[in-house]
Amino acid sequence: MEGTVRSIVLTKGVPDFSEGAVSFDEDGHLERGKTPTVMNPNDEVALRAALQTRVRHGGHVSGMSMGPPGYGDVLREAMESVYTDDNYLLSDRELAASDTWATAITLSAGLETYQAEVGDIDLVFAGFKTADGETGQTGPQTAWAMDWPIVTHVVALEVDPDERRLRAKRLVEGDVDEIETVEAPLPCFVITDPEFEPSYRQASHRLTRKRLREETRERAADHDDHLTTWNHEDLNLDPDYIGLDGSPTIVSSVDPIPKAPSEREATMVDPTDADAMDDVLEELRPHAAGTSDHATEAGD
Amino acid sequence: MTDETDAYEHYEAVVVGGGPGGAAAAARLAEHGVETLVLERGTEAGSKNVSGGLIYAEESAPYTIDDLFEGFREEASERPVTDYHIHNVAGDSVKSYELTDLHEHDTDWCDAVLRRRMDSWLQRRVHEKTSETGGGVLTGVRVNGLLRDGGEIVGVTCDELEPITADLIVAADGVNSELARDAGLMDWEEPDEWFQGVKAVVDMDRETIDDRFGLEGEDGVAHLFSGDLFEGVRGGGFLYTNADSLSIGTVFHLDSLVEERAEPHELLDALLTHPLLAQWLRDDYVEREYAAKLVPDSKKVVHPEPYRGRLVLVGDAAGQMQAQGPIIKGMNHAVTAGALAADAFVAERGSADPEAAGRRYANWLEESGTMDKLRPRRYEAVRAVGEDDRVTDAVERVLDSRLGSLAIGNPIADWALKRAYNSPFLISMLPDTRTGYVTLPTIVAEEHGRTLHWGSEVDPPSLEERIGDLTYDTDVGNPHIELRDQSADSSGDAVRACPVSAESFGGGCYRSEEIKRNGTAETVVSLDTQPCIECGTCAIVADTEWEHPRGGKGVEYREG
Ligand SMILES: Cc1cc2nc3c(=O)[nH]c(=O)nc-3n(C[C@H](O)[C@H](O)[C@H](O)COP(=O)(O)OP(=O)(O)OC[C@H]3O[C@@H](n4cnc5c(N)ncnc54)[C@H](O)[C@@H]3O)c2cc1C
Ligand code: SF4
Repeated sequence: MEGTVRSIVLTKGVPDFSEGAVSFDEDGHLERGKTPTVMNPNDEVALRAALQTRVRHGGHVSGMSMGPPGYGDVLREAMESVYTDDNYLLSDRELAASDTWATAITLSAGLETYQAEVGDIDLVFAGFKTADGETGQTGPQTAWAMDWPIVTHVVALEVDPDERRLRAKRLVEGDVDEIETVEAPLPCFVITDPEFEPSYRQASHRLTRKRLREETRERAADHDDHLTTWNHEDLNLDPDYIGLDGSPTIVSSVDPIPKAPSEREATMVDPTDADAMDDVLEELRPHAAGTSDHATEAGD
Repeated sequence: MTDETDAYEHYEAVVVGGGPGGAAAAARLAEHGVETLVLERGTEAGSKNVSGGLIYAEESAPYTIDDLFEGFREEASERPVTDYHIHNVAGDSVKSYELTDLHEHDTDWCDAVLRRRMDSWLQRRVHEKTSETGGGVLTGVRVNGLLRDGGEIVGVTCDELEPITADLIVAADGVNSELARDAGLMDWEEPDEWFQGVKAVVDMDRETIDDRFGLEGEDGVAHLFSGDLFEGVRGGGFLYTNADSLSIGTVFHLDSLVEERAEPHELLDALLTHPLLAQWLRDDYVEREYAAKLVPDSKKVVHPEPYRGRLVLVGDAAGQMQAQGPIIKGMNHAVTAGALAADAFVAERGSADPEAAGRRYANWLEESGTMDKLRPRRYEAVRAVGEDDRVTDAVERVLDSRLGSLAIGNPIADWALKRAYNSPFLISMLPDTRTGYVTLPTIVAEEHGRTLHWGSEVDPPSLEERIGDLTYDTDVGNPHIELRDQSADSSGDAVRACPVSAESFGGGCYRSEEIKRNGTAETVVSLDTQPCIECGTCAIVADTEWEHPRGGKGVEYREG
């Protein structure tokens, strides 16, 4: 019998920017507390990729997210829209206000705990970048922390569970966009491109997907039964290295920063693209406040 | 099978189409434990389908829909129809007869249905049943042809899926069956083999319906209309009460529609705005949906041997649609045929001869009396003389004369006419000429009718508004119909016969344009499939390359 695949999808909640959902205060500032949190739209692409793998090879898909307890709803959404079997929320007051690096450390601890308590992971899927201005470091940083290979900008994916390898088509941006095909061993991180299109060309695959949808409907109705929450103790994390305290973009002199593979995953920003520049400014804000050595360095 | 077809996914049975024919076949196959895959091109079964629609359970039929689907009447249909009237119209003069005897002939029960609701309900039941055998229903998948291996039919090919092989292929893909055509069993050539049905679903709450139609309890009513209100086009109109809407429509012989150069939407409007309907529609007419579809005339097209190799045709795909005078029976026969085809396959399961199931199915259609309903031998006999133009002309002249009118006009004739209308025997013999559809009803109304002294306040939506109210998922850049010949001679009829096009309307599918070339003006026909409601008319009346849109694309009916 062909082997099955166990996948994790990392998802993140973002404020719901859709018409009518956003709440502003009297001064016209976004009220995050009152604005509902929804799943990052790009994570949905990652979820679709995980679902495709699940439909083709069988196995198991778990959603994982880090955030306040309210993020359970985001994971429920993941279950409803792409049928995760169960969900894991890494939630703890100590984990609040993490930057991408601390998030990556926490997520990797989540993955390790999952491997120890649930089962060996074959694939980790993550979206391209979040809708609220984050630049997509979390995936690569988490992969780096796990020391697993990572394939980014994936637009099509084939997994061979028996050979424990995957083949992926990547969209390589340039003057002329190119598609390149790469191979990687499992376990592996897969960062999907928004262009990713799942394909179900076999009748049996479509029937499986339909069956999963029907099974999910029942499961999502009592989502809490399928949601596991882990705090920093469950994750065996030292509070000093996580949350606000562990976020190097604010707190000075934390070593791992230069080692983070973020440079290799640098995002190219078109300076004439206002939205993209907003993202950059968002990234620079803590540095501008001068609260970090790193920022001072960067400001030079 | 060769290695190539061996590599494809295999199901014991593939059923194409999720209408009543496909649903019955699949349910029956699943009950026999046959692994059955159902492929439906709509986003949901029913989203492509239109009927009048009264579904009959005939006492003499081997299968009825509630035999196969428990709870059908309670959950999938609108309301029973037990009261049946025909109105002969001549201008403002109307003579009405109760037709309940004809309606109840061989009828166990009869319900009004709306197809979106009915077919989607069936789809859920069918999926439950077929899932248990390792199959299921897939929507949004369009089968685009037959898969052959060395000339033998072995499966189907689809737009959305890899080819699939099967031991039995049930083409329940309705009128304009691409599979029947691919197999060479049906063609789309002759307008006189088809009807065109057009219908409006009208919003009306239950209380208002019951009040205006004088209904009490569950039971609803059917009204039929014939006479001179349709510009001499052969056919008639209908009105059925639903739970909280009315179905009002027309069914015309396609050849007549073309000959009279009539516009289908205008004929529907002629019915809607007739003073006779004003008593029910009053001044608050709200149309929920405009729809149309071709209807095969079984008397002419029903296939006596609806199979080829492993392929069997059921329902409209095989032309099994019976117009018994004003009574239209397609859904019930599709159900019977689907179930019989399934049983035949099971009876011949394991036979080395791939055509054994098809042959047995055809025999059972005969033995069960279904074929004789679809193509009555009596009709065959009468047709030979009755549809000869010279005979028609002679009869028409007599009827139109004072003598003829007097004959029909006397009180005994009134009594005899009511009996005649209610005789299934006579009705099935009625030749398809002007006489039965137009002349006779007109004279009846003139001679016996009462005059309506009021007008109508109904103001039906324009074609543009009707198209605007429909839901489409257009397959941009991939039109499903191609016009092969732009000349007015070959394709000009479509400008009028297309139910969403009109000579004076630029926003429809077919338009005629005058172009000047070298000083001479020439009329050419152009086609834009965006507003197309996939009725199939232009496959017959214009020179086209006609296919259904890809799965899930095109128009989506909410009522049907
Ligand atoms: C205006 C009007 C009034 C009518 N009134 C009545 C009435 O009162 N009573 C009555 O019994 N009958 C009536 N009929 C006829 C009746 O609707 C048909 O006879 C009946 O629907 C036939 O059933 P079927 O299952 O053969 O086909 P359909 O119901 O047409 O179903 C065919 C199915 O196949 C699907 N399909 C088609 N092509 C493909 C493809 N390539 N791939 C995948 N799926 C495909 C379609 O989407 C559809 O779901 C009326 C018809 C019209 C138009
Ligand atoms: S374009 Fe052809 S199939 Fe489409 S609505 Fe008009 S006549 Fe019917």
